[in-house]
Amino acid sequence: MSRTLPRFSATFDPYTISQIQRAAATGIYDIRGAGAKRKLPHFDDLLFLGASISRYPLEGYREKCGTNVVLGARFAKKPIELKIPITLAGMSFGALSANAKEALGLAATAMGTSTTTGDGGMTSEERQSSKTLVYQYLPSRYGMNPDDLRKADAIEVVIGQGAKPGGGGMLLGQKITPRVARMRVLPEGIDQRSACRHPDWTGPDDLEIKIGELREITDWEKPIYVKVGASRPYYDTALAVKSGADVVVLDGMQGGTAATQEVFIENVGLPILAAIRPAVQALQDLDMHRKVQLIVSGGIRTGADVAKALALGADAVAIGTAALIALGDNDPRHAAEYAELGTEPGAYDDWHEGNDPAGITTQRPELTARLDPETAGRRLRNYLSVLTLEAQTIARACGKSHVHNLEPEDLVALTVEAAAMAGVPLAGTNWIPGTPLG
Amino acid sequence: MPEVDLRQQTVRDLNEALHRLSRQTNETDWQVLHPNGQHSLAVGIDAPVTVRIKGHVGYYCAGMNKDATVIIDGNAGVGCAENMMSGRVHVKGDVSQAAGATAQGGLLIVDGNASARCGISMKGADIVVKGNIGPMSAFMAQAGNLVVLGDAGEALGDSLYETRIFVRGAVKSLGADCVEKPMGEEEKAILSQVLELAGIADDVRPEAFRFYGSARRLYHFNVDHAEEY
Ligand SMILES: Cc1cc2nc3c(=O)[nH]c(=O)nc-3n(C[C@H](O)[C@H](O)[C@H](O)COP(=O)(O)O)c2cc1C
Repeated sequence: MSRTLPRFSATFDPYTISQIQRAAATGIYDIRGAGAKRKLPHFDDLLFLGASISRYPLEGYREKCGTNVVLGARFAKKPIELKIPITLAGMSFGALSANAKEALGLAATAMGTSTTTGDGGMTSEERQSSKTLVYQYLPSRYGMNPDDLRKADAIEVVIGQGAKPGGGGMLLGQKITPRVARMRVLPEGIDQRSACRHPDWTGPDDLEIKIGELREITDWEKPIYVKVGASRPYYDTALAVKSGADVVVLDGMQGGTAATQEVFIENVGLPILAAIRPAVQALQDLDMHRKVQLIVSGGIRTGADVAKALALGADAVAIGTAALIALGDNDPRHAAEYAELGTEPGAYDDWHEGNDPAGITTQRPELTARLDPETAGRRLRNYLSVLTLEAQTIARACGKSHVHNLEPEDLVALTVEAAAMAGVPLAGTNWIPGTPLG
Repeated sequence: MPEVDLRQQTVRDLNEALHRLSRQTNETDWQVLHPNGQHSLAVGIDAPVTVRIKGHVGYYCAGMNKDATVIIDGNAGVGCAENMMSGRVHVKGDVSQAAGATAQGGLLIVDGNASARCGISMKGADIVVKGNIGPMSAFMAQAGNLVVLGDAGEALGDSLYETRIFVRGAVKSLGADCVEKPMGEEEKAILSQVLELAGIADDVRPEAFRFYGSARRLYHFNVDHAEEY
């Protein structure tokens, strides 16, 4: 052989090269949907120990393993009770089609869990299809309406999102149809930017007053959540508690988004694995663990992920991306259409462009018509059942009669990094690297 | 006339009483005494009643108001009339930051000055400030009219959408994508209407104002405007 094989650089790998080429051709940053795609320390790096001589298991299918969760009992007159600890995360009408929103509501209602509005207001379809609906209160205040606030079952003050802690939303012109534009009071077809900061408060002292206002307006009935992207989880959780939140929602960097700059998604924030223990620590330090509930999200895919999040101290999880996949996103049957869009099933993330062949992240009527809310809702319901059964399977194997009885002691880590982040021993050792925050 | 004395009763008592009112109520005139700068007074009203607050108020007074008239005989804190849907809020003194933030309808009148971010993200309301307004006012403002009889601070109308801004005095500087535009007949008619609504049409001439609006150059992501993002 007179020549070596063509050699690709680990630094300038083919994807990176395509990024440079794209940037040079367009002069504007890359925007896409979904969450961080790089490999990150995650729940895969944790294992459950299961039962042994000193821990006895519960009989699968026979012995009860509870999954219910109560949210908002700290201050709300009407806390909400969910049958499963898996909620549907806030995703806006605008980012998603009205049919997709309806499907989310139908599935959540059938499973006894909640769904959440998003940046852009509440649609009548989702209010009707959702028994328990959480109303997001966002910096943009698009579609913010006191009547909808009063109709909601809980209120989620959104400060940040895992995919873009510190960033506002964007919705590109293709998706600003007349209905979306009307709900947001914007000109049709413009590239819309949502604010990254709330317009009428800054900092924890103001937030406390703001939460007070929301409670006054809704007569102290509704649980108030505070959602943050994972960045300084110990302090953000402590400050949310101090500000009067009933529930803290913590979203890691794998968490999906409808449209954000790629550079933001991949380089800002913490993976959820690194964020849960500091948040739980803050709650424990304030004697608020289990009194203020913690919902975590960002890359939850399986019942094992659910069980691991709960074992680390969360009260519930939220799912976004996985729910869209269950509805039909990235389905191989659209392979030909994905190819036309320059991608393939499993990699499609141009959710901002509004051309989704599955009819989910689009407003084009001919595409949205493809998604039947009943059928898609049924698929999501199946998926939520599987997540629940899987989490129960693991909990029973660890001898727990309720998924909330899972604890860090049930876990070990496969890597030093995961051991340090999750605060559990490296498998086969009693070594927990690092010093916990707090 | 129902009277709530906040030395004897709580903010909760006040709001609860106001929320109990039906739209057909005949208890239409309320008086609130000794507000003492408390927050969230008269928030979330959903009835055509008049509430007169005798003194200074804290944050978010008359927040999310629908149809009520709220009169504040004093100064108001941050976010007065935030996200108002309809009705009328009249502050006899000065207001702090973010007055009328995201307000979607109704009329906010400020007899004194307004601090920074007046009308931030406003979505359809009319705001009339008889004094000056602070910096970054009408930031990302989407719809409605901001009318200022005095001067405006820095970066007026930054990242503006379709709110119309009318200023009679000096403007320290304009924010990204906000430009002065010639006042056409349509704008003049709208301004006259707002002045009329605010009850000052006899004293203030529309011709004395200059009109500012969106240059609409940031409506589409475009490499040639990158320095403005
Ligand atoms: C299409 C889409 C739209 C979203 N819209 C919002 C939104 O309007 N408000 C918000 O707080 N989060 C939004 N998110 C983030 C989700 O609420 C949630 O934090 C995230 O999806 C959870 O991570 P996962 O996708 O890995 O499950 C959106 C996510 C997606 C995928």
